[in-house]
Amino acid sequence: MSGRRTVITGVGVVAPGGVGTRAFWDSIVAGKTSSRPITLFDATEFRCRIAAECDFDARAAGLTAQQIRRMDRAAQFAVVAAREALADSGLAGALTPERTGVSIGNAVGSTMTMENEYAAGSDDGRLWLCDQNYGVPHAYGSIVPSTMAAEVAWECAAEGPVAVISTGCTSGLDAIGHGTQLVQEGSADVVIAGATDAPISAITIACFDALRATSTRNDDSARACRPFDLHRDGIVLGEGSAVCVLEEYEHARRRGARVYCEVIGYASRANAFHMTGLKPDGRELAEAVRVALDEARVDPTQIDYVSAHGSGTRQNDRHETAALKRSLGDHAYRIPVSSIKSMIGHSLGGIGAIEVAACALTIETGVVPPTANLEVADPECDLDYVPKEAREQRSDVVLNIGSGFGGFQTAVLFASARRAA
Amino acid sequence: MIAPAVVTGLGLVAPTGVGVADCWAATLDGKSGIGEIGRFDASGYTTTLAGEIPSDEPSERVASRLRAQTDRMTHFALTATELAFADAGIDPDTVPEYAKTVVIANSSGGAEYGQGELEKLRRLGPMHVGAYMSVAWFYAASTGQVSIRHRMRGPCGMVASEQVGALDAVGHARRQLRRGSLLAVTGGTDASLSPAGLVAQMTTRLLSTSARPTEAYLPFDRRAAGYLPGEGGAILVTEPAPAARARGVTRPYGEIAGYAATFDPPPGVDRQPTLRRAIEQALADARIAPTDVDVVFADGYGVPELDRREAAALGAVFGPRRVPVTVPKTMTGRMYAGGSALDIALALLAIRDQVIPPTINVTEAVPDLPFDLVVGARPAAVRCALIVSRGYTGLAHGYPTFNGAMVVRAVD
Repeated sequence: MSGRRTVITGVGVVAPGGVGTRAFWDSIVAGKTSSRPITLFDATEFRCRIAAECDFDARAAGLTAQQIRRMDRAAQFAVVAAREALADSGLAGALTPERTGVSIGNAVGSTMTMENEYAAGSDDGRLWLCDQNYGVPHAYGSIVPSTMAAEVAWECAAEGPVAVISTGCTSGLDAIGHGTQLVQEGSADVVIAGATDAPISAITIACFDALRATSTRNDDSARACRPFDLHRDGIVLGEGSAVCVLEEYEHARRRGARVYCEVIGYASRANAFHMTGLKPDGRELAEAVRVALDEARVDPTQIDYVSAHGSGTRQNDRHETAALKRSLGDHAYRIPVSSIKSMIGHSLGGIGAIEVAACALTIETGVVPPTANLEVADPECDLDYVPKEAREQRSDVVLNIGSGFGGFQTAVLFASARRAA
Repeated sequence: MIAPAVVTGLGLVAPTGVGVADCWAATLDGKSGIGEIGRFDASGYTTTLAGEIPSDEPSERVASRLRAQTDRMTHFALTATELAFADAGIDPDTVPEYAKTVVIANSSGGAEYGQGELEKLRRLGPMHVGAYMSVAWFYAASTGQVSIRHRMRGPCGMVASEQVGALDAVGHARRQLRRGSLLAVTGGTDASLSPAGLVAQMTTRLLSTSARPTEAYLPFDRRAAGYLPGEGGAILVTEPAPAARARGVTRPYGEIAGYAATFDPPPGVDRQPTLRRAIEQALADARIAPTDVDVVFADGYGVPELDRREAAALGAVFGPRRVPVTVPKTMTGRMYAGGSALDIALALLAIRDQVIPPTINVTEAVPDLPFDLVVGARPAAVRCALIVSRGYTGLAHGYPTFNGAMVVRAVD
């Protein structure tokens, strides 16, 4: 459009396996899985009793007593990740508020707080007319997801466009894409963009139980999430947040900022097929990839690595494998394609941004994270999914894809600063 | 040269009526949609009044199976979309599949459906939670269902910023039209009036506790003591002007000419609130001066301090010229993301019919308002309208932090 380019100059992560970008990255490069029996609530009665949880201590992470009281766990994650990203970018205290925006992806809001508030107000479901005397201050913040973006905006002193982007499981990628467009069109010079979700609550687990979408490998939690493996049996839910500092390229260059990578293409499409179902042909996801490549003016053969959706369902694995073949042709067979969900679970809206953080680090470090637990390849999925062990490989152009409820399909392309310069 | 984004169809589901004809006629007549809450017994609550959709029609128009799988907010979105397509005279199947965008805002997800499933979870156990909960309650539900229903496979999304949501959604839809989409369904609907939803809203302490429908929600009135909630919303069919022209549309409602969003700093820091800047940026985006604005659809919280802040921002932008300002929300309550969508629609109808809809019940306006509060429907030359909206977040410092402003203007 205007020729304004968007680069990532800061990264912050709160994920299972590691609070802080470095801890997160070390954990996934080591191929460590973080799923375990659920500790956040008593899951005894549930079909699925495992999830990838964050070892998160809000106090130790630097939040104040008031922040902890008013924020749901999802908002806490986002604020901690945003603080790290901003410090990492060198922009802390140096932002121009009017020119700074916030774009936070979130799929399901504050389910933990909402559920607790509901339980008290309804006296455990006995009262349809919830008792107004049990509505605590800040309860409204648990039903409006916009709170997540608002908390990040206050944390970062942003006064430009601020919003939550909510497109189910692609929320994280779409929030990064939205932030990129805000920079491109000149609505902001810096956008604090990322996503967060903390869905390990009884209601979310019950929803996925009802869909029979989650793994029931309850006695073998570390090996439960097995994208592209013949013996996969479903999603393992996760939680967490990642936030990136998106910055206009000249703005970053002028101040000599370290650039992780450039966001060179973004597109989303909808399958208009089913709220949860996917057709095996991968048609609309392939279209999103094609449009993102077009925007980036990149040929499929230039892609070095694909960060896959890889949620651990047969339906997804077939769908996205087909989409990659459809959009990249034979090149799909020649490049590594891996899913970090195999290690940190599927944190719904949050995961897309965590994957973006991983893409930035893949480009920076020259290491491709593995797909854990991939032991017996599904013959229907015949790409190189980087089984079990990380791989050293320089990556200059990286594709991140996501797919989710509502039928939304998203592709984002990143290129190294080496290439951007 | 970027083609203007024009609005060619409106679908309204409001406490004041369903469909453009009914809703607009009631609005001009100053007929309020506010009354005692009827969907449940709210008599024990401190807030007992709201703007509810008067009939089951919007839900009944949704096929029974889909109706059972979706929340009320999505019923409103599906029905308003059907109405908007009919109003636009467009068959969406004639538009290429990947050039069709859906961006529908809501503030808080499917409240009633969510409460029903939470009740099953708590009372009966996890095995009783239904398979449709996951897709009925979440924030992207309405966008997803409209995309599926009308085979719209272009870039789709959902923006949440409480009451500002629909302005952000329409702004986002305009962005997609500029990037190649040929049809965008946008706006917002909300249905947050379940008991759990209402109790959560009451925790903000911004809701009116009056039991008199004509005295409960009085923005810019010296008796102002809070707002009433409402439900419903509006869907807009938008297209690039050349595409609308090419299919024979001679008189679109108007153009989405300007848009901006800002966010307020926390209390205690030495920074100005940003509503004024949002308005100025939206005017700049539309390349117009304050003197070009013929009417302002104000946010009108009905909370004295928040009314003062809005009046100050409008006064600063428009100076002493006494721009006409109206708050038709006085007839519906604040419908959250649906409310700002309805304001955009009413502004476009004001342009179509050259009449400003009224602010009702405000009989004791605070003295020295820096604008002309329109308290009865008023014929006027309306070419350009400004819509102002603010969104509350639950940060619990008693004031909204999201600000949005949008300019709609007649197409020559």
